[in-house]
Amino acid sequence: MTMLALPVVAPVLIAVLALSLALTAWRMLRGPGYANRFVALDMLTAVVVSIAALTALATGRGAFLDVGLGVALINFASTCAFAAFLERRRGGR
Amino acid sequence: MIRAAVATVLLAGGTAFIVIASIGVARMPDVFQRMHAATKAGGIGSSLVVLGVLVTGVARPMTGVLTILFMLLSLSVASQLLARAAYISGAPIEGLERGDPLAGVLDRTDIQAAERDGAPEESGVPAAAPAAPDRASDLVSSMRRIGPSE
Repeated sequence: MTMLALPVVAPVLIAVLALSLALTAWRMLRGPGYANRFVALDMLTAVVVSIAALTALATGRGAFLDVGLGVALINFASTCAFAAFLERRRGGR
Repeated sequence: MIRAAVATVLLAGGTAFIVIASIGVARMPDVFQRMHAATKAGGIGSSLVVLGVLVTGVARPMTGVLTILFMLLSLSVASQLLARAAYISGAPIEGLERGDPLAGVLDRTDIQAAERDGAPEESGVPAAAPAAPDRASDLVSSMRRIGPSE
């Protein structure tokens, strides 16, 4: 076998990304204060966009890529809102 | 066949970037260094993964191109906003060698003073009622600082 089939590679990469989901979720649960949790949320979204793209590859349905685009759009709005909240709140660690 | 090879390399590289970024988010000592890991490595990693999926041709290319463009544009802006808010809200900074270069530029909450005065969200109405006009004037002054004042 010279070449790995892509629908086989994609679930393996999703399993690898589950590790980084776990690390980021750990930071979100533990991280002291709001700022760390917002950073973890930002990272979580990057992981989710990648997992959506890999799911499109694994299942052969291109619509999962649209899920990634939607999550990226929502992430931008939510990060801006959380940053405004944190800036007005004063005293999050 | 060459297309599948290129896609595999892009996907594996992007996944490696994301795993490294999440290790950085878990292990770095303060908020700003965690953000440094998450924004740059995470953005590059997920852009590479989406690019790898595009190379395989499983989906329409327009969605993926839009996703990559939007992520490259928005992650930097969002992380700048978040870092500014974290600095203003008094997040501790580790490993500063020559003092704080932003000390006179942005007004920063002293975290010890904020804790000594009591956490505003726990103490409820008595703390929140006098804090409201103060917060509004703080917002006005911080907005004034953004503009070309000097």
